[in-house]
Amino acid sequence: MAYIPVFLFHLVVASLCSPLCGTNNLEVVPAALTVPYVVSTTLRVSNNPVCLSVLRNEDLKEMLESNKESLKLEAMKRVVGLIAKGKNSSELFPAVVKNVASKNIELKKLVYVYLVRYAEEQQDLALLSISTFQRALKDPNQFIRASALRVLSSIRVPIIVPIMMLAIKEAAADLSPYVRKTSAHAIQKLYSLDPEQKEQLIEVIEKLLKDKSTLVAGSVVMAFEEVCPDRIDLIHKNYRKLCNLLVDVEEWGQVVIISMLTRYARTQFTSPWKEGAIFDENNDKTFYESDSEEKKEQTEAKPYIMDPDHRLLLRNTKPLLQSRNTAVVMSVAQLYWHLAPKHEVNIVTKSLVRLLRSHREVQYIVLQNIATMSIQRKGMFEPYMKSFYVRSTDATHIKTLKLEILTNLANEANISTILREFQTYVKSQDKAFAAATIQAIGRCATNISEVTDTCLNGLVLLLSNRDETVVAESVVVIKKLLQTQPTQHSEIIKHMAKLFDNITVPMARASILWLMGEYCERVPKIAPDVLRKMAKTFTAEEDIVKLQTVNLAAKLYLTNSKQTKLLTQYILNLGKYDQNYDIRDRTRFIRQLIVPNEKSGALNKYARRILLAPKPAPVLESAFKDRDRFQLGTLSHSLNVKAAGYQELSDWPAVAPDQSVRNVEVKEWAPLVGKTKKSKSEDKFYSDDEDEKEEEGSESSGSEDSSSSSSSDEGLFLSLFRDCGGLFRVSLQVTTPSFGPVKTYELLHHMTGKGLSAKYHFPRQPCLYQPSMVAVQVILTNSSDHSLEEIHIGDRSPASLNIHCFNTIERLEPEASVTVSMGIDFSDSTQAANFQLCTKEDQFSVSIQPAVGELLMPSTMTEEDFSKEQGKLLGMNETSATITMATANTSSQAIGKQVLSVANVGVVSSSQNNVHRFAGRTVSSGAVVLVSLEQKESCAALLTINTEKSVMASMLLRDLKQALAQA
Amino acid sequence: MIHSLFLINHTGDIFLEKHWKSVIGRSVCDYFFEAREKAVEPENVPPVLQTPHHYLISIYRGKLFFLSVIQTEVPPLFVIEFLHRVADTIQDYFGECSEGVIKDNVVTVYELLEEMLDNGFPLATESNVLKEMIRPPTILRSVVNTLTGASNVGDTLPTGQLSNVPWRRVGVKYTNNEAYFDVIEEIDAILDKSGTTVFAEIQGVIEACVRLTGMPDLTLSFMNPRLLDDVSFHPCVRFKRWESERVLSFIPPDGNFTLMNYHVSSQNLVAIPVYVKQSISFFETGPCGRLDITIGPKQTMGKTVEGLMVTIHMPKAVLSANLTATQGTYTYDLATKVLVWDIGKLNPQKLPNLKGSLTTQAGTPKPEDNPSLNIDLKIQQLAISGLKVSRLDMYGEKYKPFKGVKYLTKAGKFQIYIYMFIFLENLMSYLLFEWLQCVLKHSI
Repeated sequence: MAYIPVFLFHLVVASLCSPLCGTNNLEVVPAALTVPYVVSTTLRVSNNPVCLSVLRNEDLKEMLESNKESLKLEAMKRVVGLIAKGKNSSELFPAVVKNVASKNIELKKLVYVYLVRYAEEQQDLALLSISTFQRALKDPNQFIRASALRVLSSIRVPIIVPIMMLAIKEAAADLSPYVRKTSAHAIQKLYSLDPEQKEQLIEVIEKLLKDKSTLVAGSVVMAFEEVCPDRIDLIHKNYRKLCNLLVDVEEWGQVVIISMLTRYARTQFTSPWKEGAIFDENNDKTFYESDSEEKKEQTEAKPYIMDPDHRLLLRNTKPLLQSRNTAVVMSVAQLYWHLAPKHEVNIVTKSLVRLLRSHREVQYIVLQNIATMSIQRKGMFEPYMKSFYVRSTDATHIKTLKLEILTNLANEANISTILREFQTYVKSQDKAFAAATIQAIGRCATNISEVTDTCLNGLVLLLSNRDETVVAESVVVIKKLLQTQPTQHSEIIKHMAKLFDNITVPMARASILWLMGEYCERVPKIAPDVLRKMAKTFTAEEDIVKLQTVNLAAKLYLTNSKQTKLLTQYILNLGKYDQNYDIRDRTRFIRQLIVPNEKSGALNKYARRILLAPKPAPVLESAFKDRDRFQLGTLSHSLNVKAAGYQELSDWPAVAPDQSVRNVEVKEWAPLVGKTKKSKSEDKFYSDDEDEKEEEGSESSGSEDSSSSSSSDEGLFLSLFRDCGGLFRVSLQVTTPSFGPVKTYELLHHMTGKGLSAKYHFPRQPCLYQPSMVAVQVILTNSSDHSLEEIHIGDRSPASLNIHCFNTIERLEPEASVTVSMGIDFSDSTQAANFQLCTKEDQFSVSIQPAVGELLMPSTMTEEDFSKEQGKLLGMNETSATITMATANTSSQAIGKQVLSVANVGVVSSSQNNVHRFAGRTVSSGAVVLVSLEQKESCAALLTINTEKSVMASMLLRDLKQALAQA
Repeated sequence: MIHSLFLINHTGDIFLEKHWKSVIGRSVCDYFFEAREKAVEPENVPPVLQTPHHYLISIYRGKLFFLSVIQTEVPPLFVIEFLHRVADTIQDYFGECSEGVIKDNVVTVYELLEEMLDNGFPLATESNVLKEMIRPPTILRSVVNTLTGASNVGDTLPTGQLSNVPWRRVGVKYTNNEAYFDVIEEIDAILDKSGTTVFAEIQGVIEACVRLTGMPDLTLSFMNPRLLDDVSFHPCVRFKRWESERVLSFIPPDGNFTLMNYHVSSQNLVAIPVYVKQSISFFETGPCGRLDITIGPKQTMGKTVEGLMVTIHMPKAVLSANLTATQGTYTYDLATKVLVWDIGKLNPQKLPNLKGSLTTQAGTPKPEDNPSLNIDLKIQQLAISGLKVSRLDMYGEKYKPFKGVKYLTKAGKFQIYIYMFIFLENLMSYLLFEWLQCVLKHSI
């Protein structure tokens, strides 16, 4: 049975890849069988392993070729056992591969395991199995399809790349999300097998990114990260969807998505870290609860407004801090660290500290990240200081990290507690740790001047410790400390000189010698004596000590040559014949430098200035100082080395790129604003405070109507409005029957504006700032070659003109453009609003003259109401004229279109075919404006406008007449 | 992501290897062995290592190293968490995670690994899903399998992977429906020599064992949820309800699982159940020292302290101990220098005491380093934080389940600092004591 498809497939392959035909032959097998075979150690049966190795091999082969399922299974289990131990069993390939089409699921799975392991080595034979998978790809059962694709894509045989590509494309369009998930995995495999397929694979990724299934999301983002991490443009349209799906994605997918979104956000949003955006540090909760208030405050007082998409990401990741998966918690923490406003980062602290109770390895990574964070933000972890206390049972690397963090957290207030804790550590049995503690004390001493003396005294006491490492470390640290403030510490230096004989650790001896030399003038009597002692033991010392002895000798020679001349010469002579060339070099150099003779050059004069120059004190700083160049939580951060495939986190852009790229068509995104809120709180397991508030709010008020009724929604709405006028337009079209063909007018030409050009249009939305204002959207474009700064609105005329300005645009890059919204109160007149558009350097007077139709807003009324209103507005308030329409405009649709293009009015449904009615109100005073058009024979029509604003009526009449006459 | 996995026992033998992408030679482990040797103790091996072409991330559990090979940037916690998940799964399947067990079930382990990762990316890590695909071995089944040739690979395909509650399989049936919750609290504390608390906090975990038919929807509420300072949940718990009502609402996985972990804030005073009176001293002359330890109950809320055990890491110089215990037995391990005193139940009427002499190596100086004293204990039927479950409700199913809650308090990392007194003016410790006072004076 199994041979027939194999044979057929042979033909296929042969035609597919003719160069391989010759080798594509079963005869390869016997050669492989002759390879000497090492037997596993678990043989129980035989006494003669060598003999059995062949036997057993044969035996496995026989079993695999037998007809009994159980024998085959047994054989496969043993084969997999061999694979697990890393033993070679590749010569069984032909026997195993025959079973690929077996009905027994376990047998099949084991064959798959084998196939994936050895296919790369036995490419030709592996091809035999392909047809089975191709058939399985069409199976009605989704799991069989998925597993076929999984194995097919795991076989690393370059020849099947086209087959894989085809399978992936098909699977990406499969109805089952599980199969689509598998295809996302297969993308990465194919990519690593043949990177040339990149372009085609990106197409598949693009398609899969649009997938709405939570099952697929994680895997496809993984594929994205692997294949085309730089194609950030593919994410735009899926950004909001990913944010909203996030809580329901499986945990591993969450990690990948969060880290990708972190990178994305850094390229798309502006920095929330500006000084202006600092709030009350203490209440991190309020931001969530009173989102709307904050937003309002921000617009009035602060220039920075967080992009609602940015906020969306922060809000949707927050619940994941409670995940049981430590990797998820860490990735949310790093997201907050890199993206959240400074005052909000604190919320991750508690969760990170919680992770410290997890496995040792988890602790290690988390502590590394906390160490980096605690350098920049002490306050974040200070309340949890005690969680970083070292326990005797901690592993050494954990202890060192905790010590590091404690040192970072030390400040004037808590230093006494920390030093007391360090006390215990110094006496720890783990000497390496005790030494590290001494280093830490040294760092505390330099950082906090109040305790420098205390620490120094304590360290001096440690010099009499019996443990060498402790003493040595103390000496080294004292040396550094003395260097930072050498004023009155000759006592300590003397004390160290006394201890010198008992100290054997080379580094410590060298440090003392250096101190003697450096401050030899403070201890004029002792230093020569120490040199004398050193002269005696010079030959037996370590190299580092010898170097410092030479150094000391030279310095003493310069300051006190009377006493030390002979000693110095003796030491220099010893050094001249030392075995180590470094020491010989140094000796020669020093001799030339300090001992005057006829050959020595100009340097001799400066010897004193060279050797006894005041030296800058070493800075004792954290080993984690520069780790923040890496994204937290990454492998690179952990190793402090840029790992292969590390993606840099970009800096915030100065001006946010176009936000509207993330907009999606109505259907997909409309629920996002109004309805998702509701549905989310019902469907999802996680949601945050705000949701609940909202839910309660809307339930109690009982108003369930679609969009912006609920009060706490308003904040979100408001900001959406302001920033993404485009977005709102979409949803508005759903709620109001108004139709807005956008006519764009020029506000400022780039020639007059020195590169700044501005266009405006009326979005025909109700203005949010004040109901009496007309909303205007201005598109500012920088067509110059330099960036423009501080674009804002200056003086206006008439001075009483009520304008709601847009926020100052800090910076507009060349070729960039930005859309801003403003509101203007025209007071129902078509008088132009004049104002100045200013940049940092220039001011340009511009004016917006509204067409009369833009001063209206649509109002909905029934035909009955319309007639009633019309009845009230007769006589003086009625303007009418007979007009001639262009023939193209005679259909009711065309009439509607033309009228709406002129005026922002609403259509009133009409029972008469030949009468068209439109209703609106003036924006400022709210006066009713009624337009009715009665079609007469052919192209003539009677146009009537009823309103108390008679000036407007006549102007509107003129405009409408013109529009309807045009084709 | 994860390229390969090697399982290594404590003697350094690789006894299992699995590759998810192309094969990587075993020689890559040499770098690890090098680090292993340098670290002396297996716990001290750095979890993340760099080699010229690969990165090695390892965990150490149950005397085994799980070593994974990585080729490109990946969050290290992602790998570590996954490796622990592998170890958890093995433990879940075979009762323990040890070399012997893995070797005995090598095929099943291999099948599990195959399902857990695809191309190095986690595929199915949920125990319920895995168990549907690969059945855990039972004695009965293995007998049946050998007789009939049946397999332990599930013939039904996993459905859990597709549902929106992937942790629960459908069609669960029990004749006895029961749900048990164990509230287990651990006290982590550091006490100084006078018995004052330096640091104390309570970690709690709620372990659940739920065997309920169908798709029950459970709600667990507490009498005093305000106690809980920080929580993390099994994915089944609805976070929203916790935020708004402080109740745990969830569709439980089938069988044993960890429902939540919590932390009781250190602001609340943590009750310390026992006190320790101890003195360890060494004489400057003569190779001996003295040890005297008494333990008594402190705040036990009227419950008995059980399983009491004291572990002391002695200074290296201590050769042997000649002690008498009024209760329980003691052992002194010469190699590791660990003194273990197994006391058992604490009787408040007759306090257990351990007293006697220590022999130090002749000629060596007196030990200077602090031994640390760790305590282990158990208190049944008590959650030391005072947390109480008030009720468990079930929705969605008609039957009445049997419900039970158990409390248990344990000592977690319960450590007591010991200051040894070394007689005959050891200047050192005296001076240090002075320094300490000096520090206090300066900073207060």
